[in-house]
Amino acid sequence: MATVSELQVRTGRRAEIALLGVSWAIIVLARALVDYHADFLELRTLGIYAAAAAALMLGCHLLLRRYAPSADPVLLPAVLAINGVGLAMIRRIDFGYAQYRGRETAFGDTQIGWTVAGVLLAMAVIFVIRDHRLLRRFTYTAGVVGLALYLLPLVPGLGVTINGARIWIDLFGRSLQPGEFAKIAMVVFFAGYLVTNRDTLALAGPTFLGLRFPRPRDMGPLLLVWAAALLLMVYQRDLGASLLFFGIFLGMLYVATQRISWVVTGVALFGAGAVLAGTIFPHVRARYDAWLNALDPDLYSAGTSEQLVRGLFGMASGGLFGTGLGEGRPDLVPYAESDFIIASIGEEMGLTGLMAILALYLILVQRAFRTSIGVRDGFGKLVAGGLGFALALQVFIVVGGVTRVIPLTGLTTPWLAYGGSSMLANWIIVGLLLRISDQARRTTAEVAE
Amino acid sequence: MNEPARRLSVVVLVLFLALMGAASYIQVIGADDLNQDPRNVRTLYREYGNFRGPIVVDGEAVVWSQPVDDPFNYQRSYTQGSLYAAATGFYSIVYGRSGLEQTENALLNGSADALFWTRLGNLFAGEQQQGASVETTLSAGLQEVAAEQLGSQRGAVVALDPATGEVLAMVTSPTYDPAVLAGHDTATVNENYAELLAREDGPLINRAIAGDTYPPGSTFKLVVAAAALEGGYTPDTELYGPQQLALPGTSRTISNFGDAECAGDEYLPLSDALRISCNTAFADLGMSLGWGVLERKARDFGWDEPLEIPLPVTASRLPESPNESETAMSALGQFDVRATPLQMAMVASAIANDGVLMKPYLVDTVRASDLTVVSQTEPEEYRQSMSAEDASDLTQMMVGAVSDGTGRAARIDGVEVAGKTGTAQTGQDTPPHAWFVSFAPADDPVIAVAVIVEEGGETGSGATGGSVAAPIARSIMERAIQLDAEGDL
Repeated sequence: MATVSELQVRTGRRAEIALLGVSWAIIVLARALVDYHADFLELRTLGIYAAAAAALMLGCHLLLRRYAPSADPVLLPAVLAINGVGLAMIRRIDFGYAQYRGRETAFGDTQIGWTVAGVLLAMAVIFVIRDHRLLRRFTYTAGVVGLALYLLPLVPGLGVTINGARIWIDLFGRSLQPGEFAKIAMVVFFAGYLVTNRDTLALAGPTFLGLRFPRPRDMGPLLLVWAAALLLMVYQRDLGASLLFFGIFLGMLYVATQRISWVVTGVALFGAGAVLAGTIFPHVRARYDAWLNALDPDLYSAGTSEQLVRGLFGMASGGLFGTGLGEGRPDLVPYAESDFIIASIGEEMGLTGLMAILALYLILVQRAFRTSIGVRDGFGKLVAGGLGFALALQVFIVVGGVTRVIPLTGLTTPWLAYGGSSMLANWIIVGLLLRISDQARRTTAEVAE
Repeated sequence: MNEPARRLSVVVLVLFLALMGAASYIQVIGADDLNQDPRNVRTLYREYGNFRGPIVVDGEAVVWSQPVDDPFNYQRSYTQGSLYAAATGFYSIVYGRSGLEQTENALLNGSADALFWTRLGNLFAGEQQQGASVETTLSAGLQEVAAEQLGSQRGAVVALDPATGEVLAMVTSPTYDPAVLAGHDTATVNENYAELLAREDGPLINRAIAGDTYPPGSTFKLVVAAAALEGGYTPDTELYGPQQLALPGTSRTISNFGDAECAGDEYLPLSDALRISCNTAFADLGMSLGWGVLERKARDFGWDEPLEIPLPVTASRLPESPNESETAMSALGQFDVRATPLQMAMVASAIANDGVLMKPYLVDTVRASDLTVVSQTEPEEYRQSMSAEDASDLTQMMVGAVSDGTGRAARIDGVEVAGKTGTAQTGQDTPPHAWFVSFAPADDPVIAVAVIVEEGGETGSGATGGSVAAPIARSIMERAIQLDAEGDL
């Protein structure tokens, strides 16, 4: 069919380079503004930064052209824009700490290192994993590795407790959060397991109270890993991660089996668990209190809700358009560079800037779902959808915590917040999504032919 | 698996809408409440972090913001802080603002509507918001003399330019140095404030305009005399001034200072009664005129009405429907008649300015940071207190009081001074307040001044307006005439 064979399928690489140009401008301008307001503007260092960013972007682009020519053109520019704004914001907070707090920090410079490492890691993922279906072979390995990673912080001599949560390990003097990586392993495990067992899970099994429940032998391994991981996180007092993990599990189970009743059961169970935890554990109870009565003077002065409220003050002072980068006081909020970077952005870039960041995340997640729908193999669908949903849920949990939609729990804002583990893990996600999207869009091209 | 993935993406959309809604609520709808929360130090830092304009006296900044390396960016600094405290007030990170720092705050910090274009300019130039400078009407020379003359005595001095209403001097004593409240160390500021507040002599009170108002004593006779002149009396009209005057309806009598006779035959002209400050004659005059007439005249001079110069001025008070004997006491500036020192300066000013009372004001020019004039106060007529003719008669009577009456201590060589003493009783056991209100030169006044020294000052129970307050007024008038001759007033 001559007419059809002539059809040129757009790979999107040209759109990607154009979007990368926009992201590059945002990244460089944000840093220039921060330096300008801190009276630190040096054209030479800014030039090096701009050139390095351009080189890195061009490198990615060329690698994608060669090894994943049909990959989604929006993913990389969107992630880089978020990441670049984060870098500028963290650098600005460094200046703020130095100016007002007498604290000499170099979060910004460290974060640049993590970013470069993350981008390289994502590219390595694309280079090494030529076909995502390869990962399905490692379904159970992923499950075991995931659990092991969750366990690592509990190993004596290796794990460190920071702020009451034992989720870090000390590796060569750097603290790492293995849980961030375990998240990816778990998505791979769930995807592999569910794609193999979805039919038996959904169709075979006893009926109870009008609901069909899966046979224990089908559901067993899944529940085992899930329960083990959840218990570990609760034990480590990592509330945000438990919520995220539970959510990913339910989301992927739903996509695989289409059983809405299971989701409802799961949410109900989680709700019951949350209420129970609130009555049993004082530290959970305190989170609820701080969430519901954040402005209560007693809770504020006791420090229970102080961080949250300070974040709210920061965002309120930003208003619609923000104070301008470098013009606000984000340093007044504890952990302005990590857990509360969203409040810092709200303060200095205003509601407008915050909305833009949220919109970028939303675009990313929607592209992930689009990849999930476009790719032909079930495993790819589940991995892409699972990773997309994991991103969305993580953003919701952390931003929702800061904006009082849900109780505050400790989680990092992907690519935005200061932190190496989170940066590396989330860039691995970008690599995986790019890889799967290449397949998804190539499939479309094949179908078109 | 595509359908559930689609549904899941809708769920994600809903989650994000919730986030966007919450962010909008915090940053726009609920922002005002959060910004005004006293625990929110950001508003404070922002307010204090900008360059705040100076307050200027005679072309020199007496209050200005000095860049410092701390979270507040600027330190409010003062030259001769205690000399100008009555006008400038303080500016504290703990206790807020007072005085001009408070009333002119929006101009000083640059947020006033009038500074919109300046702000726009700053925005485009990428500069910080710049406050405007506030130039006062005060004269450094007169301020210094007044403070020096009052010394450690409790009291106040207000000097006005009768032709314009400019406040040339405003001194209250004791006073304080605003610098001790302007520090950025909260603990020290708290301590200093508590100390000032605990002092019994009330250094934070602006006695000139907003302290407890004082009984004006015999200085109020000027108002009574003005009422009489308007009612057809002349300076030569004979008044009944016995040694003792029985108060109707009571067993009490009114006597003169030192129980003296006003005249041998109990009758004396109005001009003499004012010159020697004859109590019995004015008490009788007040009763004959009736309270209604006195009240109207007092209001013509500004009683019963609060003012903003732009510092808020306490309204001077009058008694409510006094009976005859109370009217007699009121005519002597006792009973429930109360006045601020500014009010008494306004009386002198109106008489000096042909009966026209100009509205007193303390802020002359406001300039933006680029030196363009933002606002300039134009002199404004406040009241026609009396006719020009009556004012001229009253002036001559006051000249008599200084040249050959109770106010001789205010005489200046070669200059005709118009003045009136007052010695206001405050109680059986406390010394009287010593008053003097005056203006000079009588034919072409450059200054009207009111002086009060509380409870006799250093002189104590023997004090009179003539002995304690008049010399202070004299020094100020002398300096004013000298400055005027040099073209500096």
